[in-house]
Amino acid sequence: MSESIPTTETMKPPRTRVGALGWVRDNLFNTWYNSLLTLATLALLAKLAPPLFKWVFVDSLWFSSAEACHDVDGACWSIIPANIRFIIFGFFPQDQQWRPLLAMILLLVLVFYSKDRRHWTRFLAWLWPVGLAVMGTLMHGGIFGLSVVETNQWSGLPLTLMLALFGMFAAYPLGVLLALGRRSRMPAIKSLCVVYIEMIRGVPLISLLFMSSVMFPLFLPEGITFDKVLRAQVAIIMFTAAYIAEVVRGGLQAMPRGQYEAAESLGLAYNQTMRLIILPQALKIVIPPSVGILISAFKDTSLVVIIALYDVLKTTKVTLSNPKWAGFSTEAYIFLAVLYFVCCYAMSSYSRKLEKALHTGR
Amino acid sequence: MNDAQRSETKAGAPGEGAIIEITDLHKWYGEFHVLNGISLTVLTGERIVICGPSGSGKSTLIRCINRLEEHQVGRIVVNGTELTKDIKNVEKVRAEVGMVFQHFNLFPHLTVLDNLTLGPIWVRKTPKKEAEEEAMMYLEKVHIAEQAKKFPGQLSGGQQQRVAIARSLCMKPKVMLFDEPTSALDPEMVKEVLDVMISLAEEGMTMLVVTHEMGFAKSVAHRVMFMDFGQIVEQNTPTEFFANPQHDRTKLFLSQILE
Repeated sequence: MSESIPTTETMKPPRTRVGALGWVRDNLFNTWYNSLLTLATLALLAKLAPPLFKWVFVDSLWFSSAEACHDVDGACWSIIPANIRFIIFGFFPQDQQWRPLLAMILLLVLVFYSKDRRHWTRFLAWLWPVGLAVMGTLMHGGIFGLSVVETNQWSGLPLTLMLALFGMFAAYPLGVLLALGRRSRMPAIKSLCVVYIEMIRGVPLISLLFMSSVMFPLFLPEGITFDKVLRAQVAIIMFTAAYIAEVVRGGLQAMPRGQYEAAESLGLAYNQTMRLIILPQALKIVIPPSVGILISAFKDTSLVVIIALYDVLKTTKVTLSNPKWAGFSTEAYIFLAVLYFVCCYAMSSYSRKLEKALHTGR
Repeated sequence: MNDAQRSETKAGAPGEGAIIEITDLHKWYGEFHVLNGISLTVLTGERIVICGPSGSGKSTLIRCINRLEEHQVGRIVVNGTELTKDIKNVEKVRAEVGMVFQHFNLFPHLTVLDNLTLGPIWVRKTPKKEAEEEAMMYLEKVHIAEQAKKFPGQLSGGQQQRVAIARSLCMKPKVMLFDEPTSALDPEMVKEVLDVMISLAEEGMTMLVVTHEMGFAKSVAHRVMFMDFGQIVEQNTPTEFFANPQHDRTKLFLSQILE
C-alpha cells in the first residue's frame, strides 16, 4: 500500500541554490545589469571606504587638546570627552551633576527592567510613578538636603530624555482616549475630539511651542506663571497625542465587527469590551506606526531650542560656539547622530520584538 | 428529565413557561423592511430551527433577541426582561442568552481557556480559579480540553466553533442562539459541531438555530420555521414540515435545498 502513495520524505534543495555562493549568484549577479550595479558599488566602496576609515580611526585624535587637533588630518573626537559634561548636563550646577546622572541611570534600569514582558505586573505599574518621582526629586532637589535646581538650569540629555519620555508616556493614553472619543456615538464628545485632533494636526509643533511659551502666559492673570519646561512638555504631549489618536483610530477600524458582537453577546459592558477585547488587539496592530510617531516625537524634542530651552542638541551647539572647538562641528554632530540613533534604534528593535512576542497565530 | 420524557422521540419536551416572547416585531434597514411583523413565543426547553432564503431576515431575527440589532416596532421579552434602550436591561439579557456565530468570533489574542473564562470572570464575577475549572469542564464536554492553552488561530474551524459553543455555555445561558454555525466550516468538520449541538439539545437547552442542515432539523427540532421577506411563512413539527409543506414558497425552498 505504501508504495503507491508518494513519500513525504524531505528533498534537499539543489546545491547551487544554497549557501553563500548560491546567495551571491541569486542576488548580486542574477542579471547583467545587477552584475554591473554590484561591480559599480564595489568600486565606489573601494574608493570611499579607506579614506573614511583613515579619517575616523587612523589619523584621528581621541583625548587631546584643541590645539593638537589643528595639526592632524583625521577626526578630532577629542571635542567630545573634553566637553562631555557640558554636552550632557548643560547648565546644571557642576558640583550637583551626579544628580541628573543618577536619575538617568535609574531611568535606564527601569527601562531595562520593563523590557521583559514577564515583569508587566501591578508592581511595575507602581514602580514607574515612584521611579519618576524619585528622578524628579533628584533633578529639582529642595528636600533631603539637596539644593534646589530650578528648571531653567535643566538642560542637555536629561532634558531631552525627560521631554521625550513624559511626552510619549502621557501622549499615548491621551491619544487612545481621543481615538475612542472620535468613534464615540455621543455627538458632543465626538466633535470635541475631531476638532482637537484636526486643529493640532493642522499646526506645526514649532508654532505650538511658541504659543505655549509666548502666548499662553498672556492669558494668565498677573503673578501666576507656569514653568517654561512644563509648558513645552504640555505642548509636546498635546501634539503627539493627536497623531497617536489617528493611528489608534486606524487600528480600531481594522477590528472586525464580529469581535464587538462576540464581546457584547457575552454581556460585557462598553469599557470592558474596549479594555479586554478591542484595544489589546487594535493596539497590537498599530505597534509599527505608533513607534514611528514615538520616534519622531523623540527627535522633535530638539525643537525646544526655539523657546530657549537647552536640550542636548543646543548644548552641543553652545560647545561649538567656543572658538577653541569651533572647527569640529562634523565630529560633534556625528556624536549626536549616534546618540539619537542608539535611542531610536533601540525603540524600533524593541517594537519588532514585542510584535513577535504578541503574535498569536492566524 | 424522567423516563417518560426520555422515551419520547426527542429528549426534553418543552416546558410550560415562555422564555422568549416576540410580538409584532418590525425592523428596517433604511428603506428595506427586513422584519415584517414577527410574533413568536419560545417555550423553555424548546428547540426551533429557522430556515429560509438569504435576505429573508432569519439571522436578523435571532440577532434582535440579544440586541445585536435594534428593532424599531414591537416587543421582545426575554426571560421576563424587555429589550429597550436601557443598556442595563440589554446587558442582563445578553448574559442569559448565548450566541454562536457563523465565523466563530473567538478572541484571537486570548488562549482558548481565557476566551472561556472572560465572561464568567468579568460579567458574572466568578473567582478566576472556579471559572477555569468550569471552563475545563465545558471544554471536555465539547471534546477539546487538550487545546485549552492554545490560541484560536492554531485550531481548525470545527475546533474553533466548538470552543465558541463552550464559551457561550460558560455563561450558563438559558437560551442559545446559533447563527448558521456550520456554514463557514469545511464539510468534514460540520459533523463534529452538529454532534456537540445535538448533545446540548439532549440536555434540554432552549435553542434557536438558523441553519440549512435539514438532517439536524429533522432529528433535533421541536419546531421548524420557514421565513421569507421578513415574515414567518410557515411553522410546524419537523415531520409535518418536511412531509407536508403548505405554502408554495416553502415547497420551492425545500426542493431547492434538498434536491
